[in-house]
Amino acid sequence: MQSFPCPFCGPRDEREFHFAGEADKIRPDTTQTISDAEWADYLFNLKNSRGPTREIWVHTPCQEYFVMERDTATMDVIGAHSLRKDIA
Amino acid sequence: MRSYSALKVLREGLRGHTGWQPLWRSPEPQTNYDVIIIGGGGHGLATAYYLAKNHNVRRIAVIEKGWLGGGNTGRNTTIIRSNYFYPESTRLYDLSVRLYENLAREINYNVMFSQRGMLVLSHSEAEMEIAARTVNAMQLNGADAELLDARDVQKKAPILNFRDDARYPIHGAIWQGRAGTARHDAVAWGYARAADELGVDIIQNCEVTGFSIQGGRCNGVETTKGKIHADRVGVAVAGHSSVLAEMGGYTLPIHSYALQAFVTEAVKPVMDTVAFSPMTGSYFSQSDKGGLVIGGALDRIPSYAQRGNTPMQETVLSGIIEMAPALAKVKLLRHWAGNVDVSPDSSPLIGPSGTDGIYVNCGWGTGGFKAIPAGGYLFAHLLATGSHHEISRPFDLDRFSTGRMLDEAAGSGIAH
Ligand SMILES: Cc1cc2nc3c(=O)[nH]c(=O)nc-3n(C[C@H](O)[C@H](O)[C@H](O)COP(=O)(O)OP(=O)(O)OC[C@H]3O[C@@H](n4cnc5c(N)ncnc54)[C@H](O)[C@@H]3O)c2cc1C
Ligand SMILES: [Zn+2]
Repeated sequence: MQSFPCPFCGPRDEREFHFAGEADKIRPDTTQTISDAEWADYLFNLKNSRGPTREIWVHTPCQEYFVMERDTATMDVIGAHSLRKDIA
Repeated sequence: MRSYSALKVLREGLRGHTGWQPLWRSPEPQTNYDVIIIGGGGHGLATAYYLAKNHNVRRIAVIEKGWLGGGNTGRNTTIIRSNYFYPESTRLYDLSVRLYENLAREINYNVMFSQRGMLVLSHSEAEMEIAARTVNAMQLNGADAELLDARDVQKKAPILNFRDDARYPIHGAIWQGRAGTARHDAVAWGYARAADELGVDIIQNCEVTGFSIQGGRCNGVETTKGKIHADRVGVAVAGHSSVLAEMGGYTLPIHSYALQAFVTEAVKPVMDTVAFSPMTGSYFSQSDKGGLVIGGALDRIPSYAQRGNTPMQETVLSGIIEMAPALAKVKLLRHWAGNVDVSPDSSPLIGPSGTDGIYVNCGWGTGGFKAIPAGGYLFAHLLATGSHHEISRPFDLDRFSTGRMLDEAAGSGIAH
């Protein structure tokens, strides 16, 4: 069993986490005209990188979404960061 | 012709098996081919065979970074079936079952295809209704299917859990009698031997590290054994499809996941069909050597690691014990994982990649072993003619922008 870091709760059993998607995907501006291909690209296409990646995960008990960096080949976790902006 | 026969097997048996020949040559790559196929798994090798045989393409290379069948083709749980929901899927997978039915004879190699049938279990009245719907769909699409009640299931597989206090009582099953298993390595080796005989160069221990692209058109590949030219390149690398896509300048809707399999110690014959429980996500059959071959759903975490992780291992194995409590004390012998390529609608991707000259055959996810003959047959058609066979047309990548997806996540039976 691997343990994953929740930025809020600390290291927890991997079964408490769900993968939610690749990080840094930017939604097309739908106030402008976009083609079917551009929309499909946003919805479906993936980098699916082998090696270090940035992903969005959710920790089910606390319901926080956060960025997890991990290596998809070695399964090592590199880091975890909150998605919240710091409140000044 | 190095053909096999019962007589030859007998003679070699008496001579201490000293007369067998290697099944394929190991040539150095030439600088130019008509078609290069990347990936020496079942799909790549079958494609090479049908290209040479049906389309008379003469200069073909299959390039494999490791050894033949070292990917998913040699790691799967060997189930072959065509119990899908949509007509497009049934046409594809049923073509495959039909090609499998004649394969050993056609390529003169025993792939041990055994049509022992498959049960997809129902555990409630509601599931029985869905099962009836699936059986109707399959029959309308021309695949063989029958709805069985609990007594029929018990006759076919008495080892399953028919106790009154079962957590998932068996109400019945979808039965496909023509489904079954085959020896996975033999499928790769048989196609390799048949392709080699038709002049295909099979190049192992050679990794494709890039594409050579000029003016937006691919004209060959870069490999650890140098540059190799061809105007058409077919990519059939399963879990590594996105890695090749990045090199080739196209994008795919693919997620790579580990998928695990398990084999137990050999036991006396206890199971002569395949049983799958969608409720627990586990399935098993018994190999000719006596080991129980066990599989289940994908790991929960996207990964390129060719090893499984423990949460899914527990889920799959507890599912097997629920399905057949008598197996609780049987010991596991081996356990491993492959890297599968999962698409958003759980159907394969066959078609032009988006970069001129590169074509893809991927997205088979957890179920591409059954599809090897059809995948090869259809991909060969695409590579030879530059256009789709009517059976592969619906599986083009354009379905994600047209919206005509083939969502088989439920219809295909296994969670993925
Ligand atoms: C545990 C498990 C159980 C399964 N059970 C079933 C089942 O019961 N029934 C079923 O139908 N399907 C099953 N599958 C799925 C099935 O095995 C695959 O869909 C199928 O084998 C895919 O075949 P392929 O030829 O596309 O890929 P592979 O057999 O994976 O071959 C791809 C090859 O490409 C090579 N390659 C990758 N990158 C490069 C590169 N850069 N250069 C050169 N070569 C490269 C790899 O080394 C590999 O040999 C299972 C899979 C797994 C892992
Ligand atoms: Zn948390």
